[in-house]
Amino acid sequence: MAGASPTEYIGHHLTNLTAAVGAGPFWVVHVDSLIVATILGVICFGVMWRAASKASPGVPGRFQAFVEMVYEFVDGQVRDVFQGDRSFIAPLSLTIFVWVLFMNAMDLIPVDFVPTLLGLFGVHYFKAVPTTDLNTTFALSITVFFLIIFFSFKAKGTGGFLHELFTAPFGSHWALWIPNFLLNIIEFLAKPVSLAMRLFGNMYAGELVFLLIALLPWWAQWLPGAGWAIFHILIITLQAFIFMVLTAVYLAMAHEHH
Amino acid sequence: MNINATLIGQAIQFAILIWFTYKFIWPPLLRAIDQRRKQIADGLAAAERGKRDLELSAKRADDLVVEAKQRAQEIITQAEKRAAQIEDEAKISAKAEGDRILAAAKAEVDQEVLRAKEALRNQVANLAVSGAEKILRREVDAKAHSDLLNAVAAEL
Repeated sequence: MAGASPTEYIGHHLTNLTAAVGAGPFWVVHVDSLIVATILGVICFGVMWRAASKASPGVPGRFQAFVEMVYEFVDGQVRDVFQGDRSFIAPLSLTIFVWVLFMNAMDLIPVDFVPTLLGLFGVHYFKAVPTTDLNTTFALSITVFFLIIFFSFKAKGTGGFLHELFTAPFGSHWALWIPNFLLNIIEFLAKPVSLAMRLFGNMYAGELVFLLIALLPWWAQWLPGAGWAIFHILIITLQAFIFMVLTAVYLAMAHEHH
Repeated sequence: MNINATLIGQAIQFAILIWFTYKFIWPPLLRAIDQRRKQIADGLAAAERGKRDLELSAKRADDLVVEAKQRAQEIITQAEKRAAQIEDEAKISAKAEGDRILAAAKAEVDQEVLRAKEALRNQVANLAVSGAEKILRREVDAKAHSDLLNAVAAEL
């Protein structure tokens, strides 16, 4: 992107490819986030589906063993935080871990690669990392939020859940009902916000550092670029892992009775 | 950077992926892994059982050998005892038989001696009578002295 000022360069790279789907500022979609997320979803889960559908109890092949390792890892993490029936929470955690991991991993593709390539076809804006889009992270965390609400009702019953909203954590005295309720609302709302902002912040910052490195002269880029990329592998995995474990923890909390 | 309809799209995608994983990826993996775990557990249990069986068999074999040795020893002892008994019995019966034969022989000999003595006495008596007859034929009437002669013959 020679010729553009650093501000323009960075701003350009942080602009999503948009398409309007209706009137007003809300009815716009980030086509790039949706496309990348879809492609990654189809590839990852298609591949895992292939492995799963061919899985046999005999000696596993290398690929099956790998998928089973991921499975065992996720299942073990969920088992550590949640002792109840894992038949839904564990697959949910696997979905989050794998999908978020691969969406984060898009960060490792050189920042100019995808925009330049697509630029040849006349597409001028393209953010290749769906998790640097607040919409993606909030979509994940709000879905998790609704699952928390759903499982709270399911595990405790409507009466039990409402009772808990007003009587925990301080006590069941009538004067404490309002403080309890307010605190619980804040707690419930903090969960999706913190989940989404943590992932978004980490990935967005990481992307920004890559962009800054890309602004260096070409001969000075390799060292910080490689260093940051290697360090970023850790962040990518860690953020996917944190998102998964926190989801499992929140859902486990939804099952707990106070 | 603004929140917009992408959120809805991504949430739908996420929901679809959760459903897909829940429906198609997790259960077969779970089944395969559980089955394999069971197979391995069964295998280990079978190996353990085999080992225990082997130990048990070895122990039983040892016991059998010991018992067999003991039985053999018993049989030998019994046989020796029986042999000694038979020998003693044979000795005793042989001795008794010998004694019996000896006694019978002695009795027969005594009888023979007695019979010989009797025969001898008769012969001596006849000889004496005939000698006396010859001597007395000339001097004594047989009739007159027959009482005397008979008395002598009876005395012999």
